[in-house]
Amino acid sequence: MADVLVVAEAADGKLKKTTHSAVTFARQAAAALGGTYSILVIGDALGDAAAEAATLGAAKVLVAQASSLKDYVAERYVPTVAAAAKGTANADPRTSATYAVVVGTASAYGKDLLPRVAARLSAGFASDISELLPEGGKLKYKRPMYAGNAYGVCTVSTPVQVVSVRQSAFAAAEPTGSTSPIEQVAVVPPSAAAERVEFVSFDQVKSERPELTEAKVVVSGGRALKERFNEVLDPLADVLGAAVGASRAACDAGYAASDLQVGQTGKVVAPSLYIAVGISGAIQHLAGMKGSKVIVAINKDADAPIFQVADYGLVADLFATVPELAKQIQAARS
Amino acid sequence: MKILVPLKRVADPDNANKVKIPASGDKIETTGLEWKPNPFDEYALEAALRLTEDGKAPKTRAGEVVVVTFGPKETEPTLRAALATGADKAIRVDATDDKLDGDLVARALKTLVEREKPDVVVMGKQAVDGDSNQVGQILAELLDWPLATFAATIKEEKGALLVGREVDGGVSTLRVRLPAVVTVDLRIVAPTSVYSQKTAPAFKYNDGVRFAALPAIMAAKKKPLTEVKLADLAADQALKVQYTAFQPPPARKAGIKVKDVSELVSRLKNEAKVI
Ligand SMILES: Cc1cc2nc3c(=O)[nH]c(=O)nc-3n(C[C@H](O)[C@H](O)[C@H](O)COP(=O)(O)OP(=O)(O)OC[C@H]3O[C@@H](n4cnc5c(N)ncnc54)[C@H](O)[C@@H]3O)c2cc1C
Repeated sequence: MADVLVVAEAADGKLKKTTHSAVTFARQAAAALGGTYSILVIGDALGDAAAEAATLGAAKVLVAQASSLKDYVAERYVPTVAAAAKGTANADPRTSATYAVVVGTASAYGKDLLPRVAARLSAGFASDISELLPEGGKLKYKRPMYAGNAYGVCTVSTPVQVVSVRQSAFAAAEPTGSTSPIEQVAVVPPSAAAERVEFVSFDQVKSERPELTEAKVVVSGGRALKERFNEVLDPLADVLGAAVGASRAACDAGYAASDLQVGQTGKVVAPSLYIAVGISGAIQHLAGMKGSKVIVAINKDADAPIFQVADYGLVADLFATVPELAKQIQAARS
Repeated sequence: MKILVPLKRVADPDNANKVKIPASGDKIETTGLEWKPNPFDEYALEAALRLTEDGKAPKTRAGEVVVVTFGPKETEPTLRAALATGADKAIRVDATDDKLDGDLVARALKTLVEREKPDVVVMGKQAVDGDSNQVGQILAELLDWPLATFAATIKEEKGALLVGREVDGGVSTLRVRLPAVVTVDLRIVAPTSVYSQKTAPAFKYNDGVRFAALPAIMAAKKKPLTEVKLADLAADQALKVQYTAFQPPPARKAGIKVKDVSELVSRLKNEAKVI
């Protein structure tokens, strides 16, 4: 029997939605392995995060809470996550378990933390998995490569496997109606590296809009919008209740916050509706949004590559079209 | 300051849509594609050069940049190009790409770090072929060094680096005392992203990475480039992650062009039912 450990991501006393995608993966993996899954909630001032994790059908919820874990720094988290995975962090050794698969989401947090956890466990690490392919009690993983131009199927040969999953490829897990037992685990003192890293600040970009990776509708803008990025896109995003995204060129030029970048090296989104405005459609951008259900492109260049993936393409000047679109959608809805 | 910069040669990402998967699905066919240094590694090299100079007098080196790649003899032009751009010394670890994974590369790099004793390893956050995003993190853990991933800004301080990292929801700033590992993100090559202690705070770099001048390309031929066997760096060459098959991406069915906003809105409402 082999069990799965989900490394949760918590912020402001709540679970982040990324955790729910990893739980969905864990349910599939545990079913394939004939085991169970547990959730590790780690940090400081965890608030309701553990209680919320306990609604997600886990065999148990492990909680590692300490003021030394305030302000996430990988070096302080890794030893505790690794110990929990090995079952050596449990307060009561009789209830400890070792985990065969450790999973988190390929968010900035998961990308930073999980490979280090793998190294500490001498485990193989497969990142950004888009599909789990169980085969005879073993796990195979499918993951995008080459900016989504190819998919590789891989196996991890070590006794413990560490993986991160692509949030847009695993639906958020819903509560099961049961409540999992909650168990405290010890916080393991960090190693030498932690002494040499100091958390300085976190400058949060405040936004009233839905998070890009969770939004049902995303309106993205490219370099063409120039300084009028928000002036043009906001009204459209408002009528659609959409998240706003951007191409790298728009971020680099400072028209949009870098946190909004959609693409191979930015965020991967898969909403029901993606509207690309003044975006050429470079492969690096397509890699982040090709999985969207319906894609609309507005571009004045009829040959722009974005039209090759768009379900509906409109060849037009965006400055005239986008306000008109916002107006007509508003009218169509009321 | 001495900096180690790992570089990887990748199939030109702008031609990546032409990577082919043979019917057998046992590999990714890259023959016939152009090779380029991984863009993030070029950014890492640019960051390393900026950290080892006074921006105003870049020809006077104020430190050492060692570049390393893993690959067959054919990857040496990647190293020569880096030497021409300003790196001081190059190492090629003789290896073939399909016999490597992130863990093995990190373990071999660890031995190299112990030999070369750099103050910092600056590397790209991911290679745009495998898109794995793990070598820097694994290396830092194996060395038990502090790590700053996804750096968009680096400012050198006495014995430390102040690193602005692009993460979900904003920018996280860490101070890492040396030695340390830094992985860089796209915007590390913006005009005011990286400052050495020598470079004046008001100095602005050109946007992007620097290019090698012709005389530098000639001079680079004389710079040291040594070869090391992978087995000398990592006794255990077993891969922890193995690829068993490759598949093309799911095809999207061809879309249509609409004539105006009204048609678009009506199709989104009645056909796609998404508004
Ligand atoms: C290592 C690496 C990683 C990268 N990662 C990413 C990534 O994650 N995400 C990403 O997006 N990019 C990424 N890129 C950059 C990518 O290659 C492109 O450069 C970028 O996506 C282009 O952005 P853009 O389409 O906004 O700009 P442009 O290529 O300048 O295109 C602007 C488009 O707007 C259209 N246009 C102009 N004016 C108007 C108008 N008035 N009305 C309508 N249309 C108009 C033009 O026809 C054009 O198609 C990466 C590049 C590298 C090298």
